Amino acid sequence: MTPLLQVRNIEKRYGARIGCADVSFDLYPGEVLGIVGESGSGKSTLLNCLAGHQSPDQGEVIFDTRADGPRDVRQMPEAERRMLSRTDWAFVHQNPRDGLRMRVSAGGNVGERLMAVGARHYGDIRQTAGDWLSKVEIDTARMDDRPSAFSGGMQQRLQIARNLVTGPRLVFMDEPTGGLDVSVQARLLDLLRGLVRRMGLSAIIVTHDLAVVRLLADRLMVMKSGHVVETGLTDQVLDDPQHAYTQLLVSSVLQV
Amino acid sequence: MITVTDLGKSFTLHNQNSAVIPVLEGANFSVAAGECVALTGESGAGKSTVMRILYGNYLAQAGRVVVNGLDITTATPREILTLRREVLGYVSQFLRVVPRVPTLEVVAEPLLSLGVAEGEARARAADLLTRLRIPERLWPLSPTTFSGGEQQRVNIARGFAHRYPVLLLDEPTASLDAQNRETVLSLIEEAKAEGAAIVGIFHDLEARERVADRAIDVSVFTPRKIA
Repeated sequence: MTPLLQVRNIEKRYGARIGCADVSFDLYPGEVLGIVGESGSGKSTLLNCLAGHQSPDQGEVIFDTRADGPRDVRQMPEAERRMLSRTDWAFVHQNPRDGLRMRVSAGGNVGERLMAVGARHYGDIRQTAGDWLSKVEIDTARMDDRPSAFSGGMQQRLQIARNLVTGPRLVFMDEPTGGLDVSVQARLLDLLRGLVRRMGLSAIIVTHDLAVVRLLADRLMVMKSGHVVETGLTDQVLDDPQHAYTQLLVSSVLQV
Repeated sequence: MITVTDLGKSFTLHNQNSAVIPVLEGANFSVAAGECVALTGESGAGKSTVMRILYGNYLAQAGRVVVNGLDITTATPREILTLRREVLGYVSQFLRVVPRVPTLEVVAEPLLSLGVAEGEARARAADLLTRLRIPERLWPLSPTTFSGGEQQRVNIARGFAHRYPVLLLDEPTASLDAQNRETVLSLIEEAKAEGAAIVGIFHDLEARERVADRAIDVSVFTPRKIA
């Protein structure tokens, strides 16, 4: 099977400082990769380099495109890359305000992404947007409300609906459950897991919450000071961590 | 189905003066299809460590662990995940689930992830839950609020949903009443009859006598210098 994403030696420097370096991995269809590490470990830099929000200084990000097979995203023309980020890719921001248009209605937020890939029939767009709002458990009666009138948890679910409506194959998530209270987190986790399985999505999730990766990620990558210090099966890395930093990370979690 | 050769395991605690704790050394054993083997030895001898290594949950420092033809000490995470999905089942002592997922879904999930049709997967899950005496009114609820014994039974139902050719059981009859214990023992016997290779930890001696064909004393694998 061809990996959906092949990452080779990604490096990003901020002047002399290392953002992330020597990062390589393969992600297969249907697989969920978790990236954990303390703040400043380079995990968000890495995610942004992969998703094309930042330009890495070195390395390759090879995506298995529907039309032409594996291609280095960094060598693609800008227009093509933007098309990719609207169709096959999705990015769920930690702060839903970064991923939503706050002055556009909830239905509009979902419909907009459909229109970006060519949908034109108003009735169909509204119908699909409504379906997706129900999928993420937002009452369709709120469809014409602006997200600014939504709670944080609802905004995050709306952001997920907006991202997944076009049936992406790869979803980047930056702390998707950060800043939400635990009951909302649980709901979101359940939702994400269901969507990942039903749609066969691949996902890369950056988080500092080890409980979240245990439930969502198949594989785990632990970062420290811009470098990957340990990788492996999620439960193996969490239950039998080999690197000193991973041991510290795992043993620092409070038991509930 | 399982062949363990010269297995060694130690834990290095980097943040506690780099203490090295040797747990297993030179472990050799194998388990054939249709056979149930009980791991024995006192508490701390390494029974659970052996189980976890067999499941790929702990890394081995030395030796080979071949399960259904795959050496899990060198396998990629993807290969281990596939092995766990299709071949290797594990009933741990604790149920770990996503909050809010209904019990019936929790039990059917191993089958759904294999691509079994929803109706068929749910029917099998319902059958197991019935046999394990989980009342039907609880099926639509998440097991996170269930009693310890109920959670254990949901866990067992989940572990037996797919007919795994290799099954690891960590105290499957602990905290169960006589009737449910009987059901679990018959599930184990049925799995054996279907040709599953089973490795179990049984503190319940009667249960061990009844289902296990032989015992492996894990304490013989304890490194000599600390024994």
